[in-house]
Amino acid sequence: MGLTFQCAQENLIVRLSGDLCRLNEETLFQQLYQTAEEPHIRQIQIEGKNLASWDSTLAVALYHLKKIASERKILFCSDTLPKDLNALLDLSLAVDRKPPAPRDNRVDILEYIGERGIETAVAVKKGVAFIGKALASVGKMLTGRAIMRSVDFWTEMNNCGPKALLIVSLISFMVGLILAFVGAVQLKTFGAQIFVAGLVTIGMTRIMGAIMVGVIMAGRTGASYAATIGTMQVNEELDALKTMGIPIADFLVLPRLSTLVIVMPLLVMLADFAGIAGGSFVGIFLLGIPPEEYWKYAWQAFDLTNFLVGVFHGIVFGFVIALCGCYYGVYCGRNADSVGIGTTKAVVSAIVWMIVLTGIITFICEVIGI
Amino acid sequence: MKQEKAIIEARNLTMGYGDFILQKDMNFTVRPNDIFIIMGGSGCGKSSLLRLLTGLNEPLGGAVYIDGVNFTHATPDTRKSIMQKCGILYQSGALFSSMTLAENIALPLQQYTDYSQALIDELVSLKLALVGLAGFESFYPSEISGGMKKRAGLARALALDPKIVYFDEPSAGLDPVSSKLLDDLMKNINQSLGTTLVVVTHELSSLLDIGTNGIFLDASSKRIIAQGKPRDLLKNPPNETVYEFLTRGKSENVASTK
Repeated sequence: MGLTFQCAQENLIVRLSGDLCRLNEETLFQQLYQTAEEPHIRQIQIEGKNLASWDSTLAVALYHLKKIASERKILFCSDTLPKDLNALLDLSLAVDRKPPAPRDNRVDILEYIGERGIETAVAVKKGVAFIGKALASVGKMLTGRAIMRSVDFWTEMNNCGPKALLIVSLISFMVGLILAFVGAVQLKTFGAQIFVAGLVTIGMTRIMGAIMVGVIMAGRTGASYAATIGTMQVNEELDALKTMGIPIADFLVLPRLSTLVIVMPLLVMLADFAGIAGGSFVGIFLLGIPPEEYWKYAWQAFDLTNFLVGVFHGIVFGFVIALCGCYYGVYCGRNADSVGIGTTKAVVSAIVWMIVLTGIITFICEVIGI
Repeated sequence: MKQEKAIIEARNLTMGYGDFILQKDMNFTVRPNDIFIIMGGSGCGKSSLLRLLTGLNEPLGGAVYIDGVNFTHATPDTRKSIMQKCGILYQSGALFSSMTLAENIALPLQQYTDYSQALIDELVSLKLALVGLAGFESFYPSEISGGMKKRAGLARALALDPKIVYFDEPSAGLDPVSSKLLDDLMKNINQSLGTTLVVVTHELSSLLDIGTNGIFLDASSKRIIAQGKPRDLLKNPPNETVYEFLTRGKSENVASTK
C-alpha cells in the first residue's frame, strides 16, 4: 500500500503515494502513532507529492499525527500534501475535538420513584382534563355549538363503520366457531352437544361479541386515531388549530368519539350474530345437530337482557377506544418515534381499560341482579 | 482551453407528473468542484429536479449522467454504487430521531464499509468537527436546534466522502446568522474536500454568495431560461424574469441595466 514511514535520526518521514482511500490498517496506524510519540522524534514530515487520491480515513491518520506533533511541540511539515487535504486538516484541528462527556445514567431509586409518581399524577390530571374536555364537546355538540365539520364526522363514520364490517364479521364468526368447538369437546362426553347452541349464543351476546369488537377496533381504529393525530402534532397542525382558537376536543376528538360511540353498538350486534352463525356451522355440519333443533335451542338461550348488556359494553368500549386513541395522539411528542410510542400506548391502554371496565360492569350487573 | 469533464450532465431531461409537464428539454452540465445552484420561483420544479437527480423520481424523458454513467437507466446495483458517491442534505435534516448524532453518521459507514468500530468513531468525530458539532456525538436530534440539525445532516451526508452533495433548501427555517454559517460551511467543504455541491435554493443572499454556476428554471415557459454564475446573472440578466428574481421583484427594464 502507499503509506510507509521511516525514522531518519530525529525525523519521522511518512510517505504517501497512489490511491489512499478507505484505509483500514489499524495496526499500521498504531505503529505510526507510537513511533511519532518516541522521545527522539523532533519532526514529522509528510511527503505527499505522489498522492493520487485520498479520503477521510487518511485525514483521520494525519489528524492524529498533527495532534501528536502539536501536543509534543514538535514540527509537523505537510507542505507537499494536496492543498485541500491540508485545508481539511486545519479545519478539523480548528475545533476542540474532546470526546463527549459521558452522560450520567445512574438512577437513584428514590429519585426514580419520585419521578414516576409525579409523572403518574400529571398523567392522571391530564387524562381527567382530557375526558372533561371531550365530554364538554359532546355537550356542545348536543346543543349545536361544537366546531365540528360534518364531513369529518361522515369520513370517520365510513372509516370505522362500513370499512370494519368484513373484519368484524370474519373474526366474530371464527370466535363463535372456536367457542363451539371448545364447548363441544366437554359436552359431547355426556351427549349434551345440543347445548353448544346455548353456550355460543349466551357467550357471544353477553360479552364475547363486545370484547372481540373492542379488541379489533382498538387495534384498527384506536391506533389509526393516535397515529393520525400524532402526525398532526409532529407537523404542528395542532398548534395551528390552537392558535386559530379552534378547540382540539371539538375539531378532532368529537367526530371520532361520536362516530365510535354510534358505530360500536351496531358492530357488537353484527359480531353477536356472526358468532352465533359460526357456532351453528360447527353444530350443524360437524356435530350433526339438525338445523331446526340447533336454532330452536339457540333462540331459547337468547336473552334480551344479555344482548343489551353486550350492546352497552359496545358503547362504553367506543368511548374508551376513541378517548385513548385521541389522548395519545394529542399528547404525543414531536418526532417519528413518539408517534410509534403513542400508537402502541393507545392500543394497549384501550385494551386494558376495556377489560377493567368489563370487570366493573360485570360486578355491577351481578349486584343489581342482571 | 481544455473543457473539464462534467460530473453531472442532464441531457434533454423532461420531468413532470402524469400528463403534467414541469420542465422540458433541460440540458445542463455540472463541473467538478462547482457549487451549482438550481434557482427559480416557487412551483417551477426545483425540488422535483433534485429528486430526479438523486433517483427518487424518474424523468418523463432524457437522462442524467453522473461521472459519465447513465444514472437514469442504470441497473439498481449501478445506481446504488453511484449513490454511494453522493450525499444528500434534506430540508429538515432528516436525522433519525431514535439515534444519536454519532449513530446517525455512523450508519452509512457501517452499511457500506468494513471499517473497525474505532475507525468509524474517529470518522464520526471528524465529520462532526468539520460541521462545528464536536462533542455532540451523544445528543439526540430532538435535543439540538434546527441549524444544528442541518449541520448534523450535512455531517451524515459527508460520511462516505461523497464527490457530490445535494442540498434541498439548506437555508429554509434558519435565522440569518445560522444561514450564513451554513453557507460558509458549504464553501469550506467545497474548497477543503473538493466536493461538488448542487444546491436548490431561492435564498438570494446565499445563492449569490456561494454559487459558482447554476440554472434558472421558469414555471411558465417550462424551460431553463438562464445558465451561469448567479452573480454574473445579476450583473447581466438575460431576461426580465431572472432580473426580477435576483433583485427581489424590482420590475425595471432589463435593457437599462445592461
